[in-house]
Amino acid sequence: MSLKAFKRALWVYHLNTGSCNGCDIEILAVLTPRYDVERFGIRLVGTPRHADVLLVTGPVIKQMVPRVKRIYAQTPDPKVVMVIGNCGSEGGVFYESYNLAGPIDQIIPVTVYVPGCPPRPEAIIEGVAKAWVKLEQLEQQGVL
Amino acid sequence: MLNLLGIDNPLELAVIIVGSFILAPVFGMLYRGIDRKLVARMQGRIGPPIIQPFRDIRKLLMKENIIPDGAIQWLFTAAPFIALIASALLLLYIPLFGRGALLGGTGDAILVLYLLIIPSLAFVLGGFASSSPYATVGAQREMVLMMSYEFPLAVVIVTLASRIGLVTNANPFMLATIAANPIWNLVGPLGIVGALILVFTLIVVTIGEAAKVPFDIAEAETEIAGGLLVEYSGRNLSLFYLADIIKAFAMVSLVVALFFPYNLSPLVGIGIPVLAGIVDGLFFLIKVFVVMFLSITLIRTAMARFKISQVSYIYIIAMTLIALVGSILIGIDLLVF
Repeated sequence: MSLKAFKRALWVYHLNTGSCNGCDIEILAVLTPRYDVERFGIRLVGTPRHADVLLVTGPVIKQMVPRVKRIYAQTPDPKVVMVIGNCGSEGGVFYESYNLAGPIDQIIPVTVYVPGCPPRPEAIIEGVAKAWVKLEQLEQQGVL
Repeated sequence: MLNLLGIDNPLELAVIIVGSFILAPVFGMLYRGIDRKLVARMQGRIGPPIIQPFRDIRKLLMKENIIPDGAIQWLFTAAPFIALIASALLLLYIPLFGRGALLGGTGDAILVLYLLIIPSLAFVLGGFASSSPYATVGAQREMVLMMSYEFPLAVVIVTLASRIGLVTNANPFMLATIAANPIWNLVGPLGIVGALILVFTLIVVTIGEAAKVPFDIAEAETEIAGGLLVEYSGRNLSLFYLADIIKAFAMVSLVVALFFPYNLSPLVGIGIPVLAGIVDGLFFLIKVFVVMFLSITLIRTAMARFKISQVSYIYIIAMTLIALVGSILIGIDLLVF
């Protein structure tokens, strides 16, 4: 099967691992009439079982580690993980804080990083476009 | 076989089979896409392309199909198939594209009422079988919703059939009989008001049947994370997605069959059978679009979700009373004129 179908029907699940809510509000801004990602077929879904893309925000506090792993496992393959914001990418203002289990890529494999504190909605949409490219590369390598 | 179905012409039979098994699901999906596009435009967005539902289903089919550990496996897997098959069965009993229904000679409106329950019941079974607390809450809500909208729906159909039964000897519950004697031709001014009230009731029931805002308490993504379907993924989810689309199309076709069974070709005087069939089919699609726009798209954009306690009240008390007023008006109309 071709991944062409995938590119135009990505369903997104939003996972907050202890974020300050800045990035989460920018994710909501992506869905508003001004940016309207539904025109690309991107939908925010309420459960990881329906998701193709995990949008992870926040620096992963220690209590979230088993939950993050579980939600990653609950998402059906093929899937892509996108980190939104500086905190998830490398710790941000919480860098080396005592209650963190490290940035997200130490817990689950990450495909796309979108830096920014918080990133602009345009940057998030560009990140999703990068995720499409990644899915296509995976297909060419015969992984999927 | 042909005589059993009451259709003599093999060509006619082929047309009806293609209509109910291929055209109806395809147009159901197109209408879902148009619905999403229109909602987006009304919210000031651009919206997805109208073929988006096809892309969604194609994508879902290539996803992994997960069955959770705690689920009752056979029931969890069977529920999507039951939902899809029962929805497709509905299309056999409801007249589509201006033709009779394939099995219209053997089943009446009461059977359609029962068949309408089965897809919802399959959703409920799937929800309970998936052993997720969210899905269980969603399944309970769906059951409450199901029991609530049956009553006003029954009032509408019984009123129609009892009025039509006065002017014909044929079984008034048959959708073909209802199509042959449209309610608007039988009643006076008072009765037309009553019939309009019944149409309003049926439109509100359609929203509940299709589980759309403001009656989407069973799915309620913002509070119970997708409700019934919370554990479904991949192929199973796509089957539910398709069943939902077909059921909405069937329900709207039922509204059209009960209240607007007119065909365009006799009115404009087209005699050639093939051309008349095409004109009637297109006219049917327009009727379905209008009803779907009024009942699903417009209200979905204009309203927020009701509370779970309000939903039962609206259907069991308010809508039933409104439907009874409509049926009493039709009764008074009978006495006066």
